[in-house]
Amino acid sequence: MHMADALVAPAVAGTMYLCSAAAAGYSIKKVKLENDSKKIPVMGVMGAFVFAAQMINFTIPGTGSSGHLCGGMLLSAILGPFAGFLAMIGVLVIQCLLFADGGILALGCNIWNMAFYGCFVGALLIWKNMMKGGISRKKIWAASVLGCVVTLQMGAFSVTFETLLSGVTQLPFGAFLSFMQPIHLAIGLVEGLITAAVLLFVYEARPELLWGTKEEEQKKARLSFGKTLAALVVATVLTGGALSLAASSFPDGLEWSVEKLTGSTEPEAADGIFDTAASIQEHTALLPDYGFKNEDSPAGTSFSGIVGGLAVVALCVGCCYLFKFFRRKVIHE
Amino acid sequence: MSKMDTALREFLLLEEQAEEEKFINRVHPLSKLLVTVLYILLVVSFDKYDLAGLLGMVLYPLVLFIVFDISFVKCVRRTAVILPLLLFVGIWNPFFDRTPLLLWGTISISGGTLSFLTLLIKGIFTILAGYLLIATASIGKICAALRMLHVPQVMVTTVLFIYRYIAVLLREADCMTKAYALRAPKQKGVHCKVWGSLAGRLLLRSMDRAGEVYESMCLRGFDGSRRGACFAGVNAGKFAGRDFLWLFFFGSGIALLRIYPIFEMAGRFVIK
Repeated sequence: MHMADALVAPAVAGTMYLCSAAAAGYSIKKVKLENDSKKIPVMGVMGAFVFAAQMINFTIPGTGSSGHLCGGMLLSAILGPFAGFLAMIGVLVIQCLLFADGGILALGCNIWNMAFYGCFVGALLIWKNMMKGGISRKKIWAASVLGCVVTLQMGAFSVTFETLLSGVTQLPFGAFLSFMQPIHLAIGLVEGLITAAVLLFVYEARPELLWGTKEEEQKKARLSFGKTLAALVVATVLTGGALSLAASSFPDGLEWSVEKLTGSTEPEAADGIFDTAASIQEHTALLPDYGFKNEDSPAGTSFSGIVGGLAVVALCVGCCYLFKFFRRKVIHE
Repeated sequence: MSKMDTALREFLLLEEQAEEEKFINRVHPLSKLLVTVLYILLVVSFDKYDLAGLLGMVLYPLVLFIVFDISFVKCVRRTAVILPLLLFVGIWNPFFDRTPLLLWGTISISGGTLSFLTLLIKGIFTILAGYLLIATASIGKICAALRMLHVPQVMVTTVLFIYRYIAVLLREADCMTKAYALRAPKQKGVHCKVWGSLAGRLLLRSMDRAGEVYESMCLRGFDGSRRGACFAGVNAGKFAGRDFLWLFFFGSGIALLRIYPIFEMAGRFVIK
């Protein structure tokens, strides 16, 4: 479910960065309030554990395929939603930088789709509420499976929504959703079962490690079901509606800067060098027998770009090798 | 080779590469980080049909790969990670957007095909830029750059701790799965009966390790929030004139590539 940079438009990426930063800011505040200096090393090691455990292939009986555990839900069940969220961000940052699993620009989206739902919805709405009145094996099973299924469904929906808002696919919203949701329903079920198995083992071995099982922890988590739901609705409306509409109706940063300089969002060609270039071009045209449906369309410019590109790349590569040649010569001398 | 072996190998390789004595490795990580983010931002801002303009952006990674002898082959494998989702999202474009936008003799190329190609190329370029950053600056240095951008200390320290312990826990997980595989020959993956106990044991060991790490840090004077980064060995050095030059040269170069379609301009000299 990791989104690549190519799947998001700058406006969508920026909006999601803001949403994720707000959630991270709130989590940092809550973690600092706990005033537990042991928390940060534990978050670090647990983040590394999730990373390592996600590499283990768990065989799914009767299918021949394998699945892995759900990081967000597991981290929240051990560390709590706020510390779990921060540890999950750490895992996503490392995955993005070291293994190219998710893009740098799409990091805000990935944090929202995987860490936010997994930790806030999974832990605060599902785990915490189900563990009220005491923990049991059945409750751990139910909370883990339900948590993973619900959070993965929400994550998959967000991926679809963000991709469509970015305008990179022609696939209709309904068709895209009908592809994404059932696949992630199956993945969620498997991940839920694996996560439940691990949490049950922890419950049997060291139950004190599980979050939200003590009364004082339940009191500490001040966000109620209603408040969390209201916050989610507001965030969804903001993300999906107001912010993205506002973003798309204004010029982007580059257009804005150009508009400030030239009075128009498109830079206009001055005479001089452009006129000279045009006259040279008239005399040097080699392939006159091709045409575009629309000369001014971006596609119309694409083909000449490809041909010109080959020339520029060749020139650029040549210059680079010349630069290296002279640099080596200077070093040897 | 197992998934964990591959990840470990890649992890150590990148670390080695980032520690090499090259000019690009000595450039301040903040400068490289800002240029990388700018590059990715400008690459994804291209119109879905603007293949010519987008292709011009290849010059930035191309120059860095060649001039600083960075292995391109090692980078290619990384693109495989993003390709499945990109293919899934983009493969439908040629079917839903059949408007012919380009004609060359009798061959017509639809808008969908162009937007699909643009999507794939955007994906590849952004991966190349990310690789150039991580192959020339270690995670520690990038974290130091993030601190300079006022990313909260808690966040940066957590990333650094995760990074430090990934290799340790990957080795431990690798040992466990190999030991399991030796006792369960001809079995692919971990059987559902031991899902909980295998990963659960790794989790408990990790928690114990976290306790030991915390105690040893306390013995060396760790007091919680403020000095976390010092314990993870973060030091990016000073932002010198060379770093300003790098930022200015590549930043403006990338911006010019975004504004002026250099390939198209060059192409107009060749064809009409």
